[in-house]
This record gives sequence, structure tokens and C-alpha cells, in this order.
Amino acid sequence: MSHQFDPMRTPRSRVSFLGSARSGTDHFWKQRVSAVALVPLTIIVVFIVIGIMGRNHAAAAQILGSPFVAITLIMFVITSAYHMWLGMQVIIEDYVHSDLKLTLIMLNTFFCFVVGLSSVYALVKLSFGV
Amino acid sequence: MADTRRAVERPISPHLTIYRPMLTMMMSIVHRITGGALFFGTLLLCWWLLAAASGPTAYAKVQAFMGSIIGSLILFGYTWALIHHMLGGIRHLIWDTGRGFGPAEREWLALANLVGSIGLTIIIWIVGYIFIGGAR
Repeated sequence: MSHQFDPMRTPRSRVSFLGSARSGTDHFWKQRVSAVALVPLTIIVVFIVIGIMGRNHAAAAQILGSPFVAITLIMFVITSAYHMWLGMQVIIEDYVHSDLKLTLIMLNTFFCFVVGLSSVYALVKLSFGV
Repeated sequence: MADTRRAVERPISPHLTIYRPMLTMMMSIVHRITGGALFFGTLLLCWWLLAAASGPTAYAKVQAFMGSIIGSLILFGYTWALIHHMLGGIRHLIWDTGRGFGPAEREWLALANLVGSIGLTIIIWIVGYIFIGGAR
């Protein structure tokens, strides 16, 4: 796991069993980094969506496939999927203590992958034309 | 720490139900609820993008749904959840720097979070309607 190969830890601290025994602040930190990235991305995406709403398919597809819009949306979709994957894991760990926990954590991963990759696929298809 | 014995009935520490509801507590709960809602709301974004990539027929279906009363309500809720969770996230990032923990500050931040999310959601929808009504 990440704690074994953590580049932020010195070999000295590892052999002397200093620091975190497990993943430490790893999950927390990844959650914050994706959160910071999502603030500007969300603001831009809101403007993009407003600009597309109400337009017909041809216009919407053209805007969604233009480089700036597509790249921004791809970054937004990937970061969102990652952020919600981390967040939902915490929610499951907080409330589910039965055998269901492992299944739900797995389903969480699958759901985020499906939603994220499908959205990226759609945007790539729109970008490279039909 | 591995304890394989059966759990014994022990007195448990007081939980949510014994506390008087407070704004900061409510905002904390709402932050998690909006996060959970956005998790599933992403399906809407994914459907919209896939429909746009599929063609006019699929896109027309999405537009019909978004234009319906139910669809509009879901979309409005999604907008609010997104903005509320974003502002709540910024609040958490402020706390991460060690600031904003004072009694007055945290109340102010909680209120700003709520007022800001409602206000911005309404503004976004007004701007959205102006765009849809105007230039196409």
C-alpha cells in the first residue's frame, strides 16, 4: 500500500517504525487536493453548462467538443469521480459495520469508474467528431 | 487490539439525538448529504454527455426530461447541492489552515455558506433563463 512506498517518508523512519502505521493522512490529503482542484473547475463548468442549456443538439455537441470546453469537462469529470470515490468511502466506513461494508466499498469504486470513464468517453467522442 | 469476544452491552456516549440542533451542526450534516446527492447526481451529467455524443434523438430525450417539472426540480436541487458543497468545502479548507474556529467566526461561516449557496443558485438559474430566453 501507499505507506510502504510513500516518497515523503525516509527509509530511516520506516525501519525504526516511526510515523503512521497505516496510510496516515494519505486519504485526507488526496481528498483536499481534489477539493482544491474542483473549486475553479466547478465554477467554469457551471458557466459552460449555462452556455449550452437550451441549445439544440448540433450546437451543444459543437461546444462540448471544442478543446477548452472538452478539456475542462474531462478534468472536472475525472477529479469529481476521484473526489466522490474518496468521499463515499468515508460515508460507507462511518455508517456500515456489517459484512455489507466491503461490497459497498467495491461498488463505490465500480460506480465511480463507470460514471467517470463513460463521461470521458462521451467527451472524447464529441471532440474527435462522429 | 484484535478483540474476538462478543460485544458486551456497555453504556454508550451521547450521540446526535441529545444535542440541541445548531446551525454549524446542521451545515456539517448537510455537507455530507449534499456530497452523497452529488455522487448520484453525477449520473445526470454522464447521461447528458453520453446523449450529446450519441445524437439528436438521445439529446432530445435529455432536454425533454430537464425541461419537465420533475427534471427541473432535480436540476435545481443538483445546482444547489453543487454550490453548497463547494462553499462548504471552501469553509473546510479555511479550517484546514487553522482559521475560522472562533464562536463568532464559525457561526458566520455557517450562515454565509447557507445564504451564499441559496443566493448563488438563484442567480445561476436567473442567468440561465436569460441565456435560454435570449441568444441561442
